[in-house]
Amino acid sequence: MTTLFQQLINGLSLGSIYALLALGYTMVYGIIKLINFAHGDIYMLGAFWGYYTINYWHFNFIFALLSAMVVCAASGVIIEYFAYRPLRHAPRITALITAIGVSYFLENGMSYLYGADTRDFPQVIKQVNYSLWGVRVSNIQILILATACLLMILLQLIIKKTKMGRAMRAVSVDPDAAELVGININQTISFTFALGSSMAGAAGVLIGLYYNSIDPLMGMTPGIKAFVAAVVGGIGSVPGASLGGFLIGLLETAVQSVGLSAYKDAAVYLVLIIILLVLPSGIFGKNVKEKV
Amino acid sequence: MKKSTIKRITGFAAIAMSAAIFAGCTTAKTTTQGNDQTGNTVKIGVNMELSGAAGGYGNQMKQGIQMATKEINSKGGVNVNGKKKKIKLIIKDDKTSTSTSASVAAQLVNNDKVNAIIGTATTNAGTAAIPNETKAKVPALSPSATDPNFTLQKDGKVQPYVFRACYQNNFQGGTGAKFIYNNLKAKRVAVLGDNSTDYGTGLAKAFKQQFKGKVVDTQYFSGGDKDFNAILTAFKNKKIDAIYAPGYYSEIGLIIKQARQIGLNVPIVGSDGMADAKLVQIAGAKNASNIYYTTPFSKTVAKQNPVAVKFMNAYKARYHTEAPTFSALAYDSTYMIKQAIENEKSANSVKITKGLANIKDFNGVTGKITIDSKHDATKPIAVEHLNNGKVVGSTQIK
Amino acid sequence: MILKANWKYNLCWLILMVAGFYLMNTLILVGVINSFLENMMVTIGINIILAVGLNLVIGFAGQFSLGHAGFMAVGAYATAIIISKTPTAGAFYGSIIVGVIVAIVAALVVGIPTLRLRGDYLAIATMGAAEIIRIIINNLKITNGPSGMFNIPQFATWPVIYIMACVTTLIIVNFIHSRGGRAALAVREDEIAADSMGINVFKWKLAAFVLGAATAAVAGSMQASYLQTIAPSNFNIMESIAILIIVVLGGVGSITGSFVAAGILGVVDAALQSFGALRMVIYALVLILIMIFKPSGIMGATELSFKRLFNRKNKKQESGC
Repeated sequence: MTTLFQQLINGLSLGSIYALLALGYTMVYGIIKLINFAHGDIYMLGAFWGYYTINYWHFNFIFALLSAMVVCAASGVIIEYFAYRPLRHAPRITALITAIGVSYFLENGMSYLYGADTRDFPQVIKQVNYSLWGVRVSNIQILILATACLLMILLQLIIKKTKMGRAMRAVSVDPDAAELVGININQTISFTFALGSSMAGAAGVLIGLYYNSIDPLMGMTPGIKAFVAAVVGGIGSVPGASLGGFLIGLLETAVQSVGLSAYKDAAVYLVLIIILLVLPSGIFGKNVKEKV
Repeated sequence: MKKSTIKRITGFAAIAMSAAIFAGCTTAKTTTQGNDQTGNTVKIGVNMELSGAAGGYGNQMKQGIQMATKEINSKGGVNVNGKKKKIKLIIKDDKTSTSTSASVAAQLVNNDKVNAIIGTATTNAGTAAIPNETKAKVPALSPSATDPNFTLQKDGKVQPYVFRACYQNNFQGGTGAKFIYNNLKAKRVAVLGDNSTDYGTGLAKAFKQQFKGKVVDTQYFSGGDKDFNAILTAFKNKKIDAIYAPGYYSEIGLIIKQARQIGLNVPIVGSDGMADAKLVQIAGAKNASNIYYTTPFSKTVAKQNPVAVKFMNAYKARYHTEAPTFSALAYDSTYMIKQAIENEKSANSVKITKGLANIKDFNGVTGKITIDSKHDATKPIAVEHLNNGKVVGSTQIK
Repeated sequence: MILKANWKYNLCWLILMVAGFYLMNTLILVGVINSFLENMMVTIGINIILAVGLNLVIGFAGQFSLGHAGFMAVGAYATAIIISKTPTAGAFYGSIIVGVIVAIVAALVVGIPTLRLRGDYLAIATMGAAEIIRIIINNLKITNGPSGMFNIPQFATWPVIYIMACVTTLIIVNFIHSRGGRAALAVREDEIAADSMGINVFKWKLAAFVLGAATAAVAGSMQASYLQTIAPSNFNIMESIAILIIVVLGGVGSITGSFVAAGILGVVDAALQSFGALRMVIYALVLILIMIFKPSGIMGATELSFKRLFNRKNKKQESGC
C-alpha cells in the first residue's frame, strides 16, 4: 500500500513537469496551429539562465525564477518575430520545419558556446524530505506540483477573464475575423508566445533545481513527451494539457513500477495512439466538423 | 498500364544490370600500401562525436587529444626514424551518426591521407567506419568503444586495423560481478542499465552472465532520462543487497541522488562511465556514499602513477575542471599512436598498425596498457569507493 | 497505352539514368570520385529513396506522416538479420523483398487505424508508431539490442543503390501518374469532394502510405548493407525529421525537389564535417533561412519534365514559323 502511494507521488511529480511544459505547447498550437518544436529548448534556456544567474550573479531562487520567466518570454517573442512571423501565411509544414530549425539552432548553439556536457544546478533551496506513513515527499516535489497547479489556474484565468485572453481565443478561432473586429493579431500572438515561453522558463528553473542536472539537449526528450501530453489532453486546451501531463507521468511510473521500464516510452506512444483513435482530437479537444 | 510499367522496369533493369556487370569488371582497384607520411608532419585524423547524442563525451575526448598533441609538439614532435615530426590533427565531426562516421572515415583516409585515426567514441559509429579504414589500411584506435565484438570480424578473427584503448564490456562487467559477490558479499542484486547504448546493455549482460548471486530484477532507462523514482521505489521492495548500474555519470548521478532520497541506501556499483567529478556534483556529496565503480583511472591509483598526476594537473590548469575519464582515454590513445610510430620507426599507416598491435606495458594515464591479440587494451582494473562524495579507497581486482 | 503515348519522354529518362550511371562509373574509374565522394553519393541516393517515398505520402496523398524511419528500420533489420546468417547475393535480394513485405504489413497495422486521423494528430500518431517499432527492436535479442548489428556483408554497392533509387522513383512516379495517383491527389485537395466523386478516400490514402513504407524499407536494406552497421538509434524521431526536412526543403509535392534537396543536403553535410560543434548551428541557420525566404521549398511543386521541355520547344518553333 505504501509503495502504491509512493508510486502515485512519483507519478504526480513527474506528471507535473510534463504538464508545466505541455501548457506552453498547447497555447502556441491553439493560436497559430504550429507544433513549436523549439519549446523544449526554451525550457533549456530557462534552466541555463537560472544556472548562470544563481552561480555568477548570486540571485536568490525567486528572483532567478522570475528573471528566467522574463528572459524566456523575451526569447520566445524574438523567435516568433524572426522565424515564425514571416511564415504565417506559408504552408504549416514549412513553419514546422522552421521550428525544428530553431530547435536545432538553440540546442547546438548552446552546446557550441557552453559545451555539451551535463552540469549540476546550484541547490539554492535545501531539499527536505517529509515522511508520512512511509511515503516520502520532498519540499521541491511539492513546490513543483504547487507551481504547476498555480500556473495552470493563472493561465486559465488569463485566457477566460482578461481582454487579452479574449483576443487570444478569438484569434485561435478565426484570425481574419478577429482582425476585422479590431484585434491586433501580431500583438496577440506575441503575447501568447511570451506567456507560453515564460511557463517553459519557470519549468526550466524548477526542474533544474529538482533533478540537479542540466545540459543543452535536456529539452529534446521532455519536449516531445510534453507535446504528446498536450495532444492526449486535446491540444489547444489548458486543462487538457495539464491532464495529459499528469496522465503520461502516471503511466510512465506505472509501467516502470511493474518492471517494464524498457518499454516505458512505447507504452506512452501506444496509449497516445489508442486515445487518438477513440477521441481523435484528444480528451478535451474540440472536434471540429468539416463542412462541405 | 500496369503491364507497361512492369515492361519498362524490366527493360530498364536489364540495361542497368549490364551496366553493373560492366562496372564490376572494371572497378578492380589497385591495392594500396596504406598512407605514407609526407612532409614535416604526421597526420592524425580524429573521427569524433562532437555533436549529437554523444557530443558531450566526444568533446571531452577532443580536449584530451588536443592536450596530448600540444605536449608532443612542444617537445619537438614524434621521433620518426630519427627525425622529429610534428603531429597535425585533422578533427572531423561525425554527429553521432553511423553514415556520417563512414563518410568522415572515407574523407580522412582518402582526401586528408591521414596516417592514423583516433575515434570514435561510440561502438556503432566506430563499426560504420571500419570498412573504409580497412580498405585504405589506416589504423583506427577508439578510446571508448566497449562492445566485445568491436575489434572482431564476423568469423571471430580480429579486425586488422581496429584497436581500442578501453576495457571491453565482458571484462569490466565481470569485474563488477566479482567485486559485488566477493568484496561486498551481496547476494541479491538489481541491475539498472542504460538501454540507449551498447555500453549499458553490454555491461548489464556481462554482469548477469558472470554474477554468482541472484539477479533479482533487471530494469533499463535511456540516456537523457531524469526521473528514476518509479524504478527505484520498485527496487526498494525487493530486498536487494546492492544495485549494479552501468551507464554514464549524467544519469547514474541522478540515480544515486534519487535512491538516497527515497531511503534506498544499498551500495550502488557502476562502471568507468561514472568516473567523473560531475557524478558527485549531480548526486550531491551527502548522497554519494556507499558508491563503487570499476575504473582504470582512479585518483588513488593515479597518485602512484607519475604520468597520471602530470596529466591531471595539466588538465586542471588548462580546462579548470577535474579530468574526465574520456579525456584520459583519448590522451592515452594519442600517446599510443606516438609510441607505435617510434617503435616502428615509421609513420606509414600500415607500420603504425603493426606498432599498435605490438604495444606492451605502455605507461598511460589509465594504467599500464598492453594490446592483446584481439586488439583489446588490457590494463589493471580497480574499484573506487566513494563516501560523502570523496574517494576513500580503491581495491585492485585480479 | 501510356508507354506508347509517352515513349519519347520515358526514353529520355531512361537515357538520362543510364548516362548518369556510366558517367559515375567512368569518374570512379578515372579516380575523380574516390571513396569519400562515393560515400556521399550513396548517402544521397539512399536519402533520395527515402524522400521520394515520404513525398508520395505527404506531398501527393496529403497525409502528414512522421514515422518514415520506423519502416526504414524494418527493412534495415530484415536485411541485416538475413544476410548475416546467409551471406549470399541471393539472400540479399530476398531480404529486400522480406523487408518490403514486413514493412507493408507494419504499414497496414499502423495505417489502418491511424490514417483516420488528420494533420498533426496523424503526424504524432505515426511518430509514436515508429518509436514503438524502434523500441521493440531495441529490446529484441535477434536484433542485438542497442548495440545494433555490425559486420553485415556488403552487397549494396553503389550500382545497386543507384539502380534501386531509379527503380523506386520510377514506381512512385508511375503511381502518381496512374489512376491511383490521381485519386490520391484528389484526396489531398479535398477529402469530402473526392469522397463524393466516388473515390474510396481511405483506400488511396492507405495505398500511398503503404507504398511509401515499402520504399523506406528498401532504403533501410540499402543502408544496412552499404554501411555494414545498423543500430536502433539510427531510426529515431530525429531520422524521421531529417527525411521530412529533405522533402519540405525540396518542395512538398515535387519529386525533382526531393532529388535536388537530397543532393544539396548531402553535399552540405559532407562539407560541414570539419566544423565540429558549429556544424549543426550552421545547418540550423541554413534551414531557417531557406524556409523563410523560400517557404514552398527549392522547387515548389514544379517538376523537371521532358514533356514540358519538348512542348515548349515545339511552341517556340511554331511561333518562329
